[in-house]
Amino acid sequence: MDVDIKKVNEIISRYDQSEESLLAILQDFQREFHYVPEEGMKRLSDVLYVPESKIYAMGTFYKTLSLEPRGKHTVKVCMGTACHLKGAGQILEAIERELGVKRNHTTVDKRYTIESVNCVGACAMAPVVVVNENYYGHMRPSKIMDVLNKYK
Amino acid sequence: MEAIQSFEQLEQYRERLKASYNKDLPTVMICFGTGCQANGARDVADAFRHEIEEQGLKVGVDIGFKTTGCHGYCENGPLVVLRPRDILYLRVAPKDVPEIVEKSIKQGEIIERLAYKDVNTKEIIAQYHTIPFYAHQKRIALRNIGNIDPASIEDYLLHDGYKGLAKALTLDPDAIISEVEASGLRGRGGGGFPTGSKWRSCKAVPSDVHYVMCNGDEGDPGAFMDRSIMEGDPHSVIEGMIIGAYAIGASQGYIYVRDEYPLAVKNLLSAIGSARERGFLGRNILGTDFDFDIKISRGGGAFVCGESSALMRSLEGKVGEPRAKYIRSVEKGLYDKPSVLNNVETWNNVPEIILKGSKWYAGFGTKGSKGTKVFSLVGKVNNTGLVEVPMGITIRDLVDKIGGGVLGGKAFKAVQTGGPSGGCIPKALADLPIDFDSLTEAGSMMGSGGIIVMDEETCMVDVAKYFIGFLVEESCGKCTPCRDGLPRMLSILTAITEGKGKEGDIDTLEELCEVLSYGALCGLGTSAANPVLSTIKYFREEYDAHILDRKCPAGVCKALITYRIDPDACTGCTLCAKKCPQECISGERKQTHIIDETKCIRCGVCKDVCNFEAVKVE
Repeated sequence: MDVDIKKVNEIISRYDQSEESLLAILQDFQREFHYVPEEGMKRLSDVLYVPESKIYAMGTFYKTLSLEPRGKHTVKVCMGTACHLKGAGQILEAIERELGVKRNHTTVDKRYTIESVNCVGACAMAPVVVVNENYYGHMRPSKIMDVLNKYK
Repeated sequence: MEAIQSFEQLEQYRERLKASYNKDLPTVMICFGTGCQANGARDVADAFRHEIEEQGLKVGVDIGFKTTGCHGYCENGPLVVLRPRDILYLRVAPKDVPEIVEKSIKQGEIIERLAYKDVNTKEIIAQYHTIPFYAHQKRIALRNIGNIDPASIEDYLLHDGYKGLAKALTLDPDAIISEVEASGLRGRGGGGFPTGSKWRSCKAVPSDVHYVMCNGDEGDPGAFMDRSIMEGDPHSVIEGMIIGAYAIGASQGYIYVRDEYPLAVKNLLSAIGSARERGFLGRNILGTDFDFDIKISRGGGAFVCGESSALMRSLEGKVGEPRAKYIRSVEKGLYDKPSVLNNVETWNNVPEIILKGSKWYAGFGTKGSKGTKVFSLVGKVNNTGLVEVPMGITIRDLVDKIGGGVLGGKAFKAVQTGGPSGGCIPKALADLPIDFDSLTEAGSMMGSGGIIVMDEETCMVDVAKYFIGFLVEESCGKCTPCRDGLPRMLSILTAITEGKGKEGDIDTLEELCEVLSYGALCGLGTSAANPVLSTIKYFREEYDAHILDRKCPAGVCKALITYRIDPDACTGCTLCAKKCPQECISGERKQTHIIDETKCIRCGVCKDVCNFEAVKVE
């Protein structure tokens, strides 16, 4: 995938040029490109004088960062305790079954990336699925595809 | 707007705001918390705006209109509150809006269909504060949430915002610390460490720089009070931090917020901006010679970063791994400088304590746990949401009086508290007062205040497996007991839930727990034993049923259950057969259907779609 280096520079310039800004910049990469591109990490290493290996370590440690390109829509299935008790596992399985993809992977057509996440803090509506930044509460295995089909 | 440069100016400004505020104006307040927004609060707000315009009403003159933070009763969102009559409407849809404006606002009628109806007594209650969910609460931390517009610093000032700060700046820093100590405030993030003592020991360390930090990396699954406070009342956290910084002599603060909470980040950023404009942050705060500012840092979705030393590494822009505890962060914290790290709810309590005094605060709660605590009451309970009550309330009162009892009239089995580091407390201990020490004694902990209610259909072995699975994923991998011990425990628990458990498994689990609690480096590892030990202690017979009888009494563990259709309840509507992904349900229309056991993958779809509760799990 081609990465616009101008955009990379623009994101880096939003922050103080110090190591403290590293995580924030990587997160903005993630938002913009849906993953953390190698070009971005290299450029960041040059600008902030931080070894590439360290930036790579950040990329693998933090869960919100991905080194692989992700799908157009991110589907987060909340696996918090309240959601677990109310059947989140069955919802995740329904998605895996219907889309033919395992959790934390992307569908072949790059339309959806399925993630299981720990708790989105919307426990009163358990079980919850978040597509991009939209929350869907009181989910059921039989209803989940109606929601996902809204996202082309 | 120019910065406020003295205490007098602040009070004059507040008086002006109060004078121009008409508290009798009929006002529509729409909850804009994450829960209500998910349920469509934006559309409801748009419908109100449209209706107000349509009716030729003027906002601020004929009608008040604002969006607020979370009321905590998220399950029934979108929530709409009508002031000054204190009416709460639940599950409001855009189509209800014209009727609300016409009947309730103009004519003062109550629309019963939208009001709260008690699940048990069927009584209809429209008054916000008499609804059982709210009537038993005492709101200190949540004092403003739901009343104010989080995006408006004026609204915060109207509700006595920054009054605690103004008072604090006239006091000696040591006097502030003494006041916080006397209040008995303990850390709301999990540890329960006395806040005042933490501040005192940090201040005592000589250094050119001190830091204050706010831990908004709320990671405990099942807890969301910090999110609600950051979203709904961001200034209260900022005000608390300014007071703390003044007390210990810090000039820079950081708020570390989960990246999963975009609305919290947005509201905090805007609050910091307006606090700077008004002179509550920056140089010479309120005309004194005290300087202080706050930066926001977004977390990266690593649970371990809620641990203090890992959080500080992450703030520095490093991989968030914890370090050994003998180095205290009050001495060497962020950038190895003396630092105070408190949780969101802790900071948010500080302004009230300074304003109303430690005696007032210490008047709530129990001997060792003063004040109130926000709990997120979730799971298998009728009224779920955020509740704030004095420390020392019993589990039974919380679940029955506020929660309205267990969902669907099922039998109450246990509550889980303290997140993955906590444990399960059985029904037999339902009269246990909820405070820091009683929970720890019972083998659980307070944690950040998640209270997850479990019923007879909750399998305790599965719960233990769930938490250990969670911790396996979140272990940072630095120390051996946690990195290698947890996966061993998970494989034993998995085997038990699959009907492959063997005698002696429980002993092995207990031994692994012991190694973890002594040997792990940080709190994540040392407390990881709690979910397993507490379920073994209180629900050993369930472990035995899985291991010896190969049965899951709660009907959860897939390998040990079967789905069956009850011929008496089945109407032969064919819905389940159509929806079954395995196509393993057969039967003619209007005839009893049958599940082919050999093909069934126990996905639960048939039970989910059945309108007659004919699908049984055994």
